[in-house]
Amino acid sequence: MIDMTIKIPGLELKNPIMPASGCFGFGKEYAQLYDLSQLGAIMIKATTVETRLGNPTPRVAETAAGMLNAIGLQNPGLEKVTGEELPWLEQFDVPIIANVAGTETEDYVEVARVISKAKNVHALEINISCPNVKKGGITFGTDPAVARELTRAVKEVSSVPVYVKLSPNVTNIVSIAKAVEEGGADGITMINTLLGMRLDPKTGRPVIANITGGLSGPAIKPVALRMVYEVSKQTNLPIIGMGGVTDVDDVIDFLSAGASAVAVGTANFVNPFVCPEIIGKLPERLHELGYNSVQELIGRSHRL
Amino acid sequence: MIRQQRMTVIAQQSIAKHIFELTVEGSLVEDMAEPGQFVHIRVADSFEPLLRRPISIASIDKENNRFTMIYRSEGRGTQILADKRAGDEIDVLGPLGHGFPVEEAEKKAYLIGGGIGVPPLYELAKQLNSRGIETVHILGFESKEAIFYEDKFKALGETHIATVDGSHGTEGFVTHILNELPHDFDTYFSCGPTAMLEAVQWAYPQKRGFLSYEQRMGCGIGACFACVCRTTKSEMDYIKVCSDGPVFPAGVVIT
Repeated sequence: MIDMTIKIPGLELKNPIMPASGCFGFGKEYAQLYDLSQLGAIMIKATTVETRLGNPTPRVAETAAGMLNAIGLQNPGLEKVTGEELPWLEQFDVPIIANVAGTETEDYVEVARVISKAKNVHALEINISCPNVKKGGITFGTDPAVARELTRAVKEVSSVPVYVKLSPNVTNIVSIAKAVEEGGADGITMINTLLGMRLDPKTGRPVIANITGGLSGPAIKPVALRMVYEVSKQTNLPIIGMGGVTDVDDVIDFLSAGASAVAVGTANFVNPFVCPEIIGKLPERLHELGYNSVQELIGRSHRL
Repeated sequence: MIRQQRMTVIAQQSIAKHIFELTVEGSLVEDMAEPGQFVHIRVADSFEPLLRRPISIASIDKENNRFTMIYRSEGRGTQILADKRAGDEIDVLGPLGHGFPVEEAEKKAYLIGGGIGVPPLYELAKQLNSRGIETVHILGFESKEAIFYEDKFKALGETHIATVDGSHGTEGFVTHILNELPHDFDTYFSCGPTAMLEAVQWAYPQKRGFLSYEQRMGCGIGACFACVCRTTKSEMDYIKVCSDGPVFPAGVVIT
């Protein structure tokens, strides 16, 4: 019997697989397709204090082995998320990680304070890495001191452990990771998308209305893996790793690089059943590799 | 119910300039009901191209568990799709979205389509006719070479064709034909470019109408928020074309 469970702050996961924020809405669409209780956890779409309608369309564009998106943190707002979306998710036996976003520190604090009290929210994921909004998002994630102070402010009001979602769009991701560790973060989720763009060769115009968008998908996996490796080596925080995960061996890679759990993002759009499929395959793959638990695999690349 | 299934290609042929007709078979067809729904197709098992392609359903053959799509081969994905031959398998997710409400038509309906918006109107015409509704088809194409299914629509009812270059039928757009036709119908259904949908709505402000919209999609099931549009519906802040639509009553979508 392979032990698939993982314990990290706030989260007792039955397996290490969860859909990434922004790629799974609030679960309703995927619940038509399979039982969400199979999942290790669910990272729900970023929530802000007020309703956000997001960016103009087109908001997505396909790229080589990846996609760009500039949705712009569209969400129904804190009241609806805590009043409707989260209670609806209570029917499933699955911990929720609430992604918290905002424009000012006060916004993050307000969302964190309220949403962390929801019954099924077991952890927060502070979004200091969204590249698609003019204010907030990534502006909190590129300066270590700013990231540390925001983490501290959120940590003060949160009723559950706080994970910080890091941006790859920085010179030195380890310095940001260390800063949020100093700020009291209980864990790190990484990576968010890489800022990119695509042009229409006929017109020379950007394909995405926002001009730039966040790159995700298999194309970014090597970058994500390298960053998880570096951060896990130089901080003591547990990491939920993500970036281009599409199959069971990608999960093995992220665990080996130092992640304690793994999120699946863009692959949900390609194959909506990808999460349960990976969960189904993981025990056999671990067995083939000679391991008896997910835990044993974590960070093995550092030990070689 | 939405299914993901590897379906078998039964036939594929080019039926007009860059236009292909593709018929596939599989039990997923059991869940197809409304005309105007679509499927989301993964054209290759590789990462290239990565995303699925939304393609509308042109006709449903429940008896044989088959359905037919008509699409324009213009990008990387649809070019790969155009190479599929009988016996090949394709990964289909569907049926998706909400289609045309056939029960809204009473006696006579206008079906107004433009270009690659024409295909879903064929299954719609079939279903309306089987309910005893008279259908009039007003179809617009770029040129003579781009026209498809003219005879098939004619077999179901009065059919008018417009071409932008005047090489067949009326020169210009479908609206040029609409201007000449009587208003003796109760319901219209339309699918095509956004500008055409706008023009059709303007032409019949007093009529009951249903329009199928196109928008760049990600997931196709409502999770990614790529295909949102603003709406006049006061109880909603926005609509998602893929899962709330693609068919909406006239006047609901702000483009």
